[in-house]
Amino acid sequence: MNITELREHLCAQYPDLCPLFSIEFGDGVLTVPSARMVEATSNLKDLGFDLLGMVTAVDFGEEFELVYRVRSREMHVGLFVKTRVPRDEPRIGSVVHLWPSANWQEREVFDLFGIVFEGHPDLRRILLSDDWVGHPLRKDYEDPGLIRRPDYL
Amino acid sequence: MAGVDDVARALERAPGGGVILTSIDAIQDWARGYSLWMMPMGTACCAMELIAASFSRFDFDRHGSIPRPDPRHTDVMVVAGTITHKMAPAVVRLWDQMPDPKWCIAMGNCAVSGGIFYYDTYSVVRGVDQLLPVDVYIAGCPPRPESLQDGMLRLRDKVRAESVSPSRHREVEGILPLPSDPPKGEPGEPG
Repeated sequence: MNITELREHLCAQYPDLCPLFSIEFGDGVLTVPSARMVEATSNLKDLGFDLLGMVTAVDFGEEFELVYRVRSREMHVGLFVKTRVPRDEPRIGSVVHLWPSANWQEREVFDLFGIVFEGHPDLRRILLSDDWVGHPLRKDYEDPGLIRRPDYL
Repeated sequence: MAGVDDVARALERAPGGGVILTSIDAIQDWARGYSLWMMPMGTACCAMELIAASFSRFDFDRHGSIPRPDPRHTDVMVVAGTITHKMAPAVVRLWDQMPDPKWCIAMGNCAVSGGIFYYDTYSVVRGVDQLLPVDVYIAGCPPRPESLQDGMLRLRDKVRAESVSPSRHREVEGILPLPSDPPKGEPGEPG
């Protein structure tokens, strides 16, 4: 199944998700408002997207963008799911109940970006030590021990 | 070790005690210098070179450097790889479990200084010498097993120079030649 067929299939099954679908650089992208994230991911799981390959986030200043990569083994097609959460209130529903592989991925995003996944069974730091202060992949993170690379290097 | 030091000092002062001390030192050299069992603290790509060093092409067993999985069996910790702030307590804990006398080799640029992670990194310890007393530094990213071999031989040089008496410093010739030894051979022939 290619991207165009996926769009037709998605629109036939879930018409309310159809306007959220777009094609960027040859990849299918579903841009979902954060409030509808739980509903949309649940629909995708029912549609046959049985693998969650990746969860990551991007810091856009005022808000964070969360990126999920899901894939269907039956339809042989992949899809990006994107959603944005505000920086002041970085909260999003967890998808661990749909894809158990999201467990550690969401912990990593929580560890490095400070995004809280509501409904996660065990949300704590995974890469950094438990007593770490701050979230290093945020653009405004300041590390007191950091040594900046000098200009001549 | 205070008791051993006192005995060694008394022997040094006693007439003929130097003979006994030298004999003890010779046995200690032989025992320690040729059985430097290593604790492979491999955390990154340097560990691949460390593993290669144990296998048949380089075969560190012939130096007596056998990798052991248990820190309580080992004499030298080879820190091969990047040490992050999260890993640091584990490294120190393993080091504390090793029995004295113990030595440390910092293998690769990450273990020497942080390497490519020195600048603009929040998570990496800038050199394992901030955690442990390092005896030998081996540069490289990663170093070849030959470099590690050179480091092991230099460490053995250092181990052989130690004495049971803290006031003695020894220079002895071992069974195998060392990088610092003068070349051997018949006069007129290439060494």
